[in-house]
Amino acid sequence: MVPAFFVYFSVVSILAGILTVALRNPVHCGLALLALLMHVAGLFVLLNAEFLFAVQVIVYAGAILVLYLFVLMLLNLKSDERHLHTRYAVMLFAGVAICGELVLLILRSPFHGAKGDAPASAVLKEGDSYAVGIKMFSEYLLPFEIVGVFLLGAIIGAIVLAKTPTAADMEQE
Amino acid sequence: MVPLSAYVAVSAILFVTGLIGVLIRRNFIIVLMAVEIMLNAANLNLVAFSHYLESMTGQIIALFVIAIAAGEAAVGLAIIIVVFRGKISTNVDEMNLLKW
Repeated sequence: MVPAFFVYFSVVSILAGILTVALRNPVHCGLALLALLMHVAGLFVLLNAEFLFAVQVIVYAGAILVLYLFVLMLLNLKSDERHLHTRYAVMLFAGVAICGELVLLILRSPFHGAKGDAPASAVLKEGDSYAVGIKMFSEYLLPFEIVGVFLLGAIIGAIVLAKTPTAADMEQE
Repeated sequence: MVPLSAYVAVSAILFVTGLIGVLIRRNFIIVLMAVEIMLNAANLNLVAFSHYLESMTGQIIALFVIAIAAGEAAVGLAIIIVVFRGKISTNVDEMNLLKW
């Protein structure tokens, strides 16, 4: 059952990724990106990461994508006649070649490593959110707080940048 | 049981898709979307390794990546709005004011 779901989620996410890059209308690209995010979230469930699944759906599909769509609607972009660069064929070829090499290398690699302290049975028993929470608020507390400060900086930066300049601002300049 | 290399391969394909998107698209908003695809591919990699190597660290780093993607999207879209207000289009080729 899991391999079938894996094939479905991965094939649809790759197709949605290609559509995101290739479609002409920006709003259609946004909707293809939504499909990609949802199917990557499905892959997270297959990997026993339910908490990240929820975060992916709420933050990525719920917040970030809506932000993108808002800006697209706000700017009211027309679909360009030329939506690709003039010499896109060269980059496309290089990209496909790199992709093929990467996949060949990865499929031949064994990927062994030292096991950590969270075996799948324990995570399934106590729940993924519990395991992530315990780890995050003990070992990774400082990075967590730094992310909070980073987000505050991003909010203030976005507001300052996108604010409509008033007459008083113009006089100062 | 799906092998780890299958997840890593899917992640690599998604990453290269995003990379090609950054290289070939002319619309700045689509370029940002392609960056989101690349960040998602990195997340998938982190979670897959976290599952197969039985460690929670990968999932926590993936959470941080999601937070940073949110900040990047907010600031990037604010920059797009500013550039668009200054009558320049969202075409990446025409944003060359900082170019020497």
